[in-house]
Amino acid sequence: MVYLKYKTGGEQMSSIVDDIRATARQLLTDGKVDVVIGYEKGSLPLKATPCFVRSPQDIDKLIWDETCENNLAAFSTLTEGKKAIIAKGCDSRALVVLLQENQLVRDDLYIIGVSCQGVINKKKIEAETGEILEASIADGKVTVKGMVCDKEYTFTEVKDASCQTCRYPNPVLEDIHIGGSIDVPQQAAVFADVAEMENKTAGERQAYFQEQMSKCIRCYACRNACPLCYCKECFVDCNSPKWLTGGVDQAENLFFQAGRVLHLAGRCVECGACSRACPQDVDIRALNRKMSKDVFTMYKHESGISMDSNPALNEYSADDPEAFLVKE
Amino acid sequence: MIMGECQVTTETKTFEPKIAAFLCNWCSYAGADLAGVGRFQYPATIRTIRVPCSGRINPLYILKAMANGADGVLISGCHPGDCHYMSGNYVARRKFALIDSLLKYVGLEEGRVSFSWVSAAEGVRFAEVVKGVTERVTALGPNNGVFKVQDGGGTNE
Repeated sequence: MVYLKYKTGGEQMSSIVDDIRATARQLLTDGKVDVVIGYEKGSLPLKATPCFVRSPQDIDKLIWDETCENNLAAFSTLTEGKKAIIAKGCDSRALVVLLQENQLVRDDLYIIGVSCQGVINKKKIEAETGEILEASIADGKVTVKGMVCDKEYTFTEVKDASCQTCRYPNPVLEDIHIGGSIDVPQQAAVFADVAEMENKTAGERQAYFQEQMSKCIRCYACRNACPLCYCKECFVDCNSPKWLTGGVDQAENLFFQAGRVLHLAGRCVECGACSRACPQDVDIRALNRKMSKDVFTMYKHESGISMDSNPALNEYSADDPEAFLVKE
Repeated sequence: MIMGECQVTTETKTFEPKIAAFLCNWCSYAGADLAGVGRFQYPATIRTIRVPCSGRINPLYILKAMANGADGVLISGCHPGDCHYMSGNYVARRKFALIDSLLKYVGLEEGRVSFSWVSAAEGVRFAEVVKGVTERVTALGPNNGVFKVQDGGGTNE
């Protein structure tokens, strides 16, 4: 299990924030970067907002805590000029994939790495308390005043599902590291959730995904939150060929979600930004995790963990598995 | 290309599936040609779509064929090692393995989408493959709607 242990001992969140601000100030005043991409306090409780700091006087807006849930790598490709970016483990993995795919120039990028102990999934809380009116985080406890009821949670209870299985809380690529790092026991990827789903019958899985897809409103928030969905024209917006009709249809929703997962095959870094962005709580993660498992078991590949490895679908070997072939 | 409604004739109750077959230009399409020239009989269930290489097959083609009402999809290319473009089918093979696994995961029945390697010399085998695929899809029955868009994809309720 992942547990927190700061190497330097006794360091707190607040000192991490101070260090982030000091680094950002240095970078901006030295003219090393044009913009620092980080987080600021959001307008809703328990939700930070991405923030673009271009001048030193705005630096005190920057924060760092368990509500910093966006994957900032999603903004790296959209931001012109030299940029510094605050990166958690998953953000840095996404940056590695973007660099591998030539979407970013390494020299224009300054990665401020911060180890991450997980982010809060608001939807878990709101399912019980209703809309969150006020919230505070202290000593690993999240105290929430909600529309329906008030409640106190431990941080572990409300941690996002992708953070529960995270194996890379420390940035894999960084120019500077802020705060301590998190000890992660060396272990192979575990896909217990996928295995559980695979053990169900085809009918049960079909019913499950039909139920999930009937919730999807195709707002494309998942696509927009995703750091690796950077196509100038997404297949869902394409008029010729017109892959999707735009009608209300649960089969089309699955077409979209399956198409998106296939486009992320061997690329998805499992940051969970899509699931957290989903207003309908569609289980997008179930599809992405399955794809990650298949890529890992078939091709021994994990995306974005090293600049030296190629994406799984850019490579091949003569003895790749052929279990998919029709039985004759 | 709208595949339209499944053909269940009320008198005979026989179901003849419509299968979209994506065949690579250099091997499987030539294999189908050989089957025709050699007069090897196979069911007239496939609608052939010729593609330059199995590597050219976009995963979305498979989904779109089913969205448009195809009861089955057959994908066929050169045997690994025999690709006209050296590595097209190796690249495709990785994609196909992942697509196949994902489709089954979301509840598509086994046999709805089939993958096979057929060379230009395997006319008899091509006929056998089509027979096998047709049998399996016929047994499964019409497109069950996992990906089939209802009502031609209009704004149905």
